[in-house]
Amino acid sequence: MDIVSIIFIITGTFFLFAATIGLILLPDFYTRMHACGKCDTLGILLIIIGLGLYNGLSLTSAKILLIAALIFLTSPTATHSISRAALKNKLPHWTKEKGK
Amino acid sequence: MINFFLAISIVILFLVFLCLYRALFGPGIMNRIIAVNVIGTKTIAILLIIGFLFNKIEFFIDISLVYAVINFIGTIAFSKYFERKGVQ
Repeated sequence: MDIVSIIFIITGTFFLFAATIGLILLPDFYTRMHACGKCDTLGILLIIIGLGLYNGLSLTSAKILLIAALIFLTSPTATHSISRAALKNKLPHWTKEKGK
Repeated sequence: MINFFLAISIVILFLVFLCLYRALFGPGIMNRIIAVNVIGTKTIAILLIIGFLFNKIEFFIDISLVYAVINFIGTIAFSKYFERKGVQ
């Protein structure tokens, strides 16, 4: 069971790394939101499920899965809310003509 | 397994420092909000791994659950406030 847990946690860390690279390097607010809205949710879910598999079958694992369900519901909602606030405030889009 | 948890925790801490660049120098308030949201999400994982490192997962799991809820509510409050008030 440890091998499965290690695979889950390393995959989740890779997704968190991809989210961070996207947050730093992408040129626009909306593209940054696109990068870290999805990769962050998937990475944290994989890490939490890997830790729950490592712990075994107990009440603590049930609480860990409760945290996973909470994040699965709340993280896309927060992303949607921030993105709607930015869209109503008319933040400028990145276009190709403006250059890098 | 302890060494593996320690290594993963240090890697996630390094990623938090990388995100801190966007929170400090990001143009405008919205970039800072998403940077703080991402840092809060990474903190949940760090808290769970610290619980496994200290062999006290029963205590740290409650802290992590509360931190998840606080992170969500803070992000929703900031985005609603700046949606009504305007960014500038």
